[in-house]
Amino acid sequence: MIGPRSIVTEDGWRDAIARLASGRATLLGLWGDKPDVTMALLDEGTGKVDVFGYTCINGQYPSVGAQHPPAIRLERTIRDLQGLDAIGCSDRRPWLTHDDEPYAFLPTEGDALHQIAVGPVHAGIIEPGHFRFTANGEFVVRLEQRLGYVHKGIEGLMTGATLDTAARLAARVSGDSTVAYSYAFALAAETASQIAPPPRAVYLRALMAEFERLANHLGDIGAVCNDAAFALMHAQTGILRERVLRASQDCFGHRLMMDIIVPGGVARDIAPDGVKQIGDLLAEIRRIFPHLVSVYDNTASLQDRTVGTGIVKPEFARQFGAGGFVGRASGRAFDARRALAYAPYDRLTFDVPVLSAGDVNARIWIRIREVEQSLALIDQIVGALPDGATKIELPPHGACEGLALAEAFRGDALVWLRLDDQGRVARCHLRDASWFQWPLLETAIDGNIVADFPLCNKSFNCSYAGHDA
Amino acid sequence: MRKTMLESVLRGTLTEPPPQPDQTGLDELAASVNRAARGRLGHSLSIRHVDAGSCNGCELEIHALANAFYDLERFGLRFVASPRHADVLTVTGPVTANMRDALLRTYDAMPDPKWVVAIGACGADGGIFAGSPAVVGGVKDVLPVDLTIRGCPPSPRQLLAGLLALLETAA
Ligand code: SF4
Repeated sequence: MIGPRSIVTEDGWRDAIARLASGRATLLGLWGDKPDVTMALLDEGTGKVDVFGYTCINGQYPSVGAQHPPAIRLERTIRDLQGLDAIGCSDRRPWLTHDDEPYAFLPTEGDALHQIAVGPVHAGIIEPGHFRFTANGEFVVRLEQRLGYVHKGIEGLMTGATLDTAARLAARVSGDSTVAYSYAFALAAETASQIAPPPRAVYLRALMAEFERLANHLGDIGAVCNDAAFALMHAQTGILRERVLRASQDCFGHRLMMDIIVPGGVARDIAPDGVKQIGDLLAEIRRIFPHLVSVYDNTASLQDRTVGTGIVKPEFARQFGAGGFVGRASGRAFDARRALAYAPYDRLTFDVPVLSAGDVNARIWIRIREVEQSLALIDQIVGALPDGATKIELPPHGACEGLALAEAFRGDALVWLRLDDQGRVARCHLRDASWFQWPLLETAIDGNIVADFPLCNKSFNCSYAGHDA
Repeated sequence: MRKTMLESVLRGTLTEPPPQPDQTGLDELAASVNRAARGRLGHSLSIRHVDAGSCNGCELEIHALANAFYDLERFGLRFVASPRHADVLTVTGPVTANMRDALLRTYDAMPDPKWVVAIGACGADGGIFAGSPAVVGGVKDVLPVDLTIRGCPPSPRQLLAGLLALLETAA
């Protein structure tokens, strides 16, 4: 979607920082590509994306985070992984590497405060991360996260890899968003080599992306209610979710549809009876889901837990460029499918639901509305599915680069890819939506009781794997 | 809500018959289980799960084991919140350098006798992530593994077959 970066001088770099700090642009990503640092900015008004590179001097560059806090964790990561140093960044602690035990949590001062340390291993079957709560009685006065436990060095493994291997790695950044990551990776590779996949592949990709969104939203709606001790919803949405996964298996041969979207198209066509299966699935969801929505809407004891809990202020959602249901529940209307209008979404009709309350309840409602939108999108996609080839070969192109975003269920996944003249990966950066959502969880829990943390956390459902990569 | 609950009762049961215990798993386990332990455990196992670096794909399928189609708990297999009362440790992912200590400490916190199940292509040998400096390797590079359930991710039926093999041998 977005072609090569422009290299800027120090003035140009500082200009970009000023745009971010004053709210004229949103930070989409910041990463190292030695000896350069690179940032992607979004103009929310026009949807225009700029990619700027700055060549470091002695491994140093002017800090973005010093004036625009959403960049701080990214700068710590760049220092960890590429050794490039942000001059002026106040937080000099490592982020993804953990060689500095014990980690220096920020100090807290005040009367009657106590700390609760949770993780990295949690009580449930969830990903590992550490939460350090400072509480006054039952109330959380500060949460500090420590992440990086599932850091696997994916970007390092990609460097020098073939496009095929890199695509398989991209599919394994965050298993719940495997379709979205493969989608973004393929779009970045195709942008870099300036080709377009066949029309049938374009539609099948969106079909899989909406399947993935459905499965995750259904799972999440139940899981959030379950964390408010309302197990009925979890059991019911679990059935619908399983039906989506089984339909995915039947249509595409894999329950999570891993490795089906590849650069150049899709690796396989939909099964011959796929369209009929999808019809049955949609009918079943449309029959059951409205009942579940009314149960949610009419259960006062459940609403008592979700309404007014874990509020993300709209100004933070905007400043951090929070995507997905976290952003859209707090007034930020961004959805990559709409803002960047990549095919076939430019030809499909759908609403982007937005609310402003910013609480757990609003994040559930955004998901409910998006389930409905996905059902309508799947109808349109199936109705318009073109015939023809499903894949073309990427021709050799010489050294090139490209950036793409794809809307995963939890928000935009960004992939920036630079290929060498052999068509191998020279550098790839993958940025999960969670990078700009995790910090907001720290703000959302302020003033809530400790016991509401699991509920808030589940309503965000940030990715550890996607963040740590 | 009453209407929804009633309807789901009337709709009949979705739960499916179990798969056959995985035969290769049974062979692998026969060697590792102390038969004297069997009687003491009864026909149930408490499982503690640790994600040691997974992409979370394996966790999604482990979660699915609890849904109405698979209903794991009917076999006496239960995921528990603490290693202190667990018999089995299931581990997903390549073991990352950053999770190695936490994994070892979880294992050490479990009482004997105990079994370790490595899940997924990554749990088996690090999978696609093997060789990264941020990754230590598969689960077997850190803990003694009694059973490996492969797949990327293994489907709920594969997971169930593996865990049933464990139950037949261990419990
Ligand atoms: S085996 Fe596959 S699904 Fe499981 S953690 Fe590894 S990459 Fe993810």
